[in-house]
Amino acid sequence: MKNSIQIPDFSRSPKVDQVGIIERASRFQTRSIKNESKIQALEMVLNMIDLTTLEGKDTIEKVNQMCYKAQHLHDDYPGLPTVAAVCVYSAMVATAKAAVKGSGVKVASVSTAFPSGQTPFSTKADDTKFALDQGADEIDMVISRGKYHQGEYNFVFDEIAKIKELCGNQARLKVILETGEIGTLDDVRRASDIAIYAGADFIKTSTGKIGSAASIPVTLTMLYAIKDYYLKTGTMIGMKPAGGISTSKLAIHYLVMVKEILGNAWLTNKWFRFGASSLANDVLLQLEKQRTGGYQSKDYISID
Amino acid sequence: MSERINILKTYKIYIGGSFPRTESGRFYNPMNAKKESLGNICLSSRKDFRNAVVAARKAFGDWSDRTAFNRSQILYRMAEVLEGRREQFIAELMQQDSSRKDAEKEVNLSIDRLVYFAGWCDKYQQIFSSVNPVASSHFNFSALEPTGVVAIVANKDSSLLGLVSYMAPIIAGGNSCVILASENKPLCSISFAEVLNASDLPGGVVNILTGKKSELLSQIGSHMDVNAVCYTDGIKDELIQLKEASIDNLKRIKSYMYDLTTVEVENPYIINDFQEVKTTWHPIEVIGAAKASY
Repeated sequence: MKNSIQIPDFSRSPKVDQVGIIERASRFQTRSIKNESKIQALEMVLNMIDLTTLEGKDTIEKVNQMCYKAQHLHDDYPGLPTVAAVCVYSAMVATAKAAVKGSGVKVASVSTAFPSGQTPFSTKADDTKFALDQGADEIDMVISRGKYHQGEYNFVFDEIAKIKELCGNQARLKVILETGEIGTLDDVRRASDIAIYAGADFIKTSTGKIGSAASIPVTLTMLYAIKDYYLKTGTMIGMKPAGGISTSKLAIHYLVMVKEILGNAWLTNKWFRFGASSLANDVLLQLEKQRTGGYQSKDYISID
Repeated sequence: MSERINILKTYKIYIGGSFPRTESGRFYNPMNAKKESLGNICLSSRKDFRNAVVAARKAFGDWSDRTAFNRSQILYRMAEVLEGRREQFIAELMQQDSSRKDAEKEVNLSIDRLVYFAGWCDKYQQIFSSVNPVASSHFNFSALEPTGVVAIVANKDSSLLGLVSYMAPIIAGGNSCVILASENKPLCSISFAEVLNASDLPGGVVNILTGKKSELLSQIGSHMDVNAVCYTDGIKDELIQLKEASIDNLKRIKSYMYDLTTVEVENPYIINDFQEVKTTWHPIEVIGAAKASY
């Protein structure tokens, strides 16, 4: 199907009206959400989280602990969903895979010399193959931002396409644009187009490793790229904002945005994810607040 | 030439070191005995209270980690700044039905009380900590740690002194706090927030809300992230309301009936009431069992 799609000239990607985007983005944050909808939204948020640990100090025990949390968010609260996936470095994929076995929680591995992407392609390919061999269900790759800024869009495109080929039918591919390094919203749009046409199943905002992470205007720009592609080809692409989304309120704003731009079809963890480590606990606090009526404390929820 | 129009002060609340309006957009209009309006005062909602607790929790770690000496310096600094603005506070107290003499006395006492508790910052630990006798060869000692976020329901009859007299010992002990100001005499509380803001006190250590006890008491009681409550109005029904609401986390609720104008409120036991005791065992060599090798 995709083979029949004409690859556009990326230097002519649509320009983004920054003022308009910011204006539109601010309007998602003024919705009044009624209690019933809020509970539904909060449970949906939990089910869309990619619970993440990407640190040099990660240990097998830490990953096991996180995988347990992924399946048992807060056992005091009956009927909670699991998170969508756990996201780890490739060295931890086997551990995570064993720990979440049978729960339906997916294992995502960051790849291609995450977070900088500054290695030869052969290294990136090996990194990806290793993660796939270990059983990764999803690959979160980074794009070469340096090459992008040198104007070598074809290089960036080819890298994504080759990694997609490696993933084959085994794993879904998320492409991290690292929007904080990519520059303006025009660039975000262009990089989104490159990733989508090169075969990304998901586009993802950030690595979480630099100061500037996901924001509503950036995500909105990427959603428009997804929408345009969908209108043109009928193919759905997923979206994953990552980093900096730590409160339930903000997460619900994201859901409102997805619903209004892309529609209900995207409101499942097949097409929308949150990359976050502390969001889950805040959502649990809010759910408990709705259930008990009193404001809650982190003292009563497992840290990780 | 036209007469100059007075610029009236907008009294806002104090959360996390800034002065927002209540998120609810509501206000109330308390009167003094002469039926003069004291102004449009923010009628804080439970969400304001929640935001204040979040700010207090965030500030708690840093504040409790400060050295006792530094906390003492900052409390003393508050006294200095308050001294410099005494005329403003006297004027506000007189607007809220105090005579000039009483107003001056209240401001003086408030300043003195800050200095008093500034002095205790690096002393209460020695008074209340202990080395405990145990049957094994261990040092066993109990030391104090601040309990966390404390909600203070400020005395209803006092605009400034009631607030200062309990805030000072609670933050001297390393806690952060959320204060609900006197409902009918709220003016000094917000002006006092300006003093706090100019005293190197980190934002969020003290948060001040204006509003109605009838709306907020049960919220204060039920909030799981509030570790203790300081209540000084002595109204039995309100105390019951607080205690019933706190049934889920059994937070510490302290009720005081001290006469604020006397020195009886100047005691370190108020600091102690908002501390937790941590007891540590540390092994030691049994000196008595050592032979005469030395």
